[in-house]
Amino acid sequence: MQATRYVMGLGAALMLSGAVNAGATLDAVKSKGFVQCGVSTGLPGFSSADDKGRFTGIDVDMCRAVAAAIFGDAEKVKYNPLTAKERFTALQSGEIDMLPRNTTWTYTRDTSLGLNFTGVNYYDGQGFLVTKNLGVKSALEMDGASFCIQAGTTTELNLADYFRSNKMNYTPITFDTSDQTIKAFEAGRCDALTSDQSQLYALRIKLSDPKSAVVLPEVISKEPLGPVVRQGDDEWFNIVKWSLYAMVNAEELGVTSANVDEMKAGSADPNVRRLLGVEGVKGEWMGLPDDWGYNIIKQVGNYGEAFDRNVGAGSALGIARGLNALWSKGGLQYAPPIR
Amino acid sequence: MATEHYSQDSTGKVPLWRQPTFRAIVFQVLLVLCILAFGNFLLSNTLQNMEQRGITTGFGFLDNAAGFGILQSLIPYDETYTYGRTFVVGLLNTLLVAALGIFFATFLGFFIGVARLSHNWLVARLATVYIETFRNIPLLLQIMFWYFAVLRPLPLPRQSLSIGDAVFLNNRGLFVPRPIAEDGFGLVVAALLLAIVGAVVLARWARKRQEASGQQFPTGLSAFALIVGLPLLTYWVSGSPLHWDNPVLGGFNFRGGLEVIPELAALVLALSIYTAAFIAEAVRSGIQSVSHGQTEAAYALGLRPRVTLKLVIIPQAMRVIIPQLTSQYLNLTKNSSLATAIGYPDLVNVFAGTTLNQTGQAVEVIAMTMGVYLLISLVISLFMNWYNKRNQLVER
Ligand SMILES: N[C@@H](CCC(=O)N[C@@H](CS)C(=O)NCC(=O)O)C(=O)O
Repeated sequence: MQATRYVMGLGAALMLSGAVNAGATLDAVKSKGFVQCGVSTGLPGFSSADDKGRFTGIDVDMCRAVAAAIFGDAEKVKYNPLTAKERFTALQSGEIDMLPRNTTWTYTRDTSLGLNFTGVNYYDGQGFLVTKNLGVKSALEMDGASFCIQAGTTTELNLADYFRSNKMNYTPITFDTSDQTIKAFEAGRCDALTSDQSQLYALRIKLSDPKSAVVLPEVISKEPLGPVVRQGDDEWFNIVKWSLYAMVNAEELGVTSANVDEMKAGSADPNVRRLLGVEGVKGEWMGLPDDWGYNIIKQVGNYGEAFDRNVGAGSALGIARGLNALWSKGGLQYAPPIR
Repeated sequence: MATEHYSQDSTGKVPLWRQPTFRAIVFQVLLVLCILAFGNFLLSNTLQNMEQRGITTGFGFLDNAAGFGILQSLIPYDETYTYGRTFVVGLLNTLLVAALGIFFATFLGFFIGVARLSHNWLVARLATVYIETFRNIPLLLQIMFWYFAVLRPLPLPRQSLSIGDAVFLNNRGLFVPRPIAEDGFGLVVAALLLAIVGAVVLARWARKRQEASGQQFPTGLSAFALIVGLPLLTYWVSGSPLHWDNPVLGGFNFRGGLEVIPELAALVLALSIYTAAFIAEAVRSGIQSVSHGQTEAAYALGLRPRVTLKLVIIPQAMRVIIPQLTSQYLNLTKNSSLATAIGYPDLVNVFAGTTLNQTGQAVEVIAMTMGVYLLISLVISLFMNWYNKRNQLVER
């Protein structure tokens, strides 16, 4: 079993190794020549492999951004597809260097697993997917219903909370992967599939008839999804955190993959010049070359581009920016300045 | 040996450190100490490292509220119970599948094993095809197959198939009335126990009598009549102290009654069918290990084929069958952890799955899970070894 392998790996790592120290991850990544990235086992828009084995998605773009920042080459990434159950152990054991896998930032995960969340690359909330002919308009009408969910997720907990606080009964049917979950839903084993809302849209396009299912209006939880790293290596933490911030700042400053060369050569805006490493700040403070920000934007694009391409208007999911719009446009995406 | 003589002291005794047995004991003790010390080093180093990395350790989490629901539980459970409770719930679900699987696989396996040796060409061929098919398809695929084969054709709860107003079948499971005991039902249970004891005594007496006088007694039939008849009679006399709780459709699904979820059905089906193929082979090899001369001798003595099978062949075949049966039971129990692929809430799905992930205490959870599987396996093999001892040929 895959999960057991990760736990064994964790055991071995913990038994024999000494303390972790700052800088260890970057050194290891540089010497092996790529970033090992933990992603989902297949969630269109977030991380999924196409038929040629190429991974795409907004989470995958986080890996690519970090690789671009370090190596100046966004392709230097290897991916581990992980189920919800396996993900934290895989990170703790050192099997992967970072975990951008639609993972909700919670108190327990941040404080008791020896892990750190580096930011939020997607603000989400839990919703419900039901078949149209069930005729349900709201989750509050679903007393006694069965729900297909995925093991080891915040979804399991929110569902229990929601039904308890509304004094309703429910039956959970818990699977390991999203593929099994959606298959069981399609086979009629449950009345509804519940998960983060973005993932409902992503899973819906896997149905043989996507139009047969609808997403209910309720959002029953806060799901800030973001990349996770091991605790104790602040340098690596900074690299992943600022890779995301660089993408958000770039969108705010109007720097895109298309105009970044022009901006680098000609922009007089000191914010842009710092972002692209032309003046002011040094990459070496994170152990990186000065043009790390330029490389991210050039090869991966800014946050808005990544959003549109993977989950937004330019994708099969067509999700509106909503909470994920920039703060200046009524959303929550806000990055500290690069200076 | 010359050296031994050489080292003897004046009294003719060999000094302690020269004695092979003493040295062997010393070395073994030293080895055990080394292993313990190494184990202790690994453990303390692990704990220290976990602490340094900010990973919570210890078993304190077992007392925290779990906060998630579980599909099927044999004991009271909801999200307000503790993580420790989820362990018990998962364990019981695993034991349920293992027990049901072992029961059905044994029956089916014996049946098919005997069928494979049948003189009827068609029956023997069918048994061979069964064995070769189910033995050679990966179990995981079979589980998935049965799950979706069971699930897909079944209707939604509102269009359930039903027998009267009591039994309903739909894609949420099979719903049957649940018997609820009233005052006085204890009597029926007591009658059943009494009948079982009576049947055992009867069997002993019949055997003794037959050994002494050669007279036969219809033990099987009378034991059956006793075990079924006595409780029924008590039930009737004491005024039917039982009522049935029928499942009723309410909202999305049935409430009340007894529910068999499709995950359980599919898993038991797949495990029994798969393991039965191996058991059948064990049974065949056992029967074939008894030389044909024995059958001929029995026939020559005038025993009928059925009696020959029962009294001559099976007891001898069991010696070959039981060790193989043990390992099949162990396999079945361990294979039941594939449950998680179809969402059956066994120990691996609930405890090594959700609980592990919600608490993040992978090392503790996996250690507990492995410990329990080890324990179950040991118990099964101890029992089977005991049973095997009893069945071995007593050389006279
Ligand atoms: N955000 C939630 C849920 C994450 C999650 O795993 N969601 C499922 C949706 S059904 C998923 O992404 N599955 C993809 C996979 O199994 O690889 C969490 O962090 O616990």
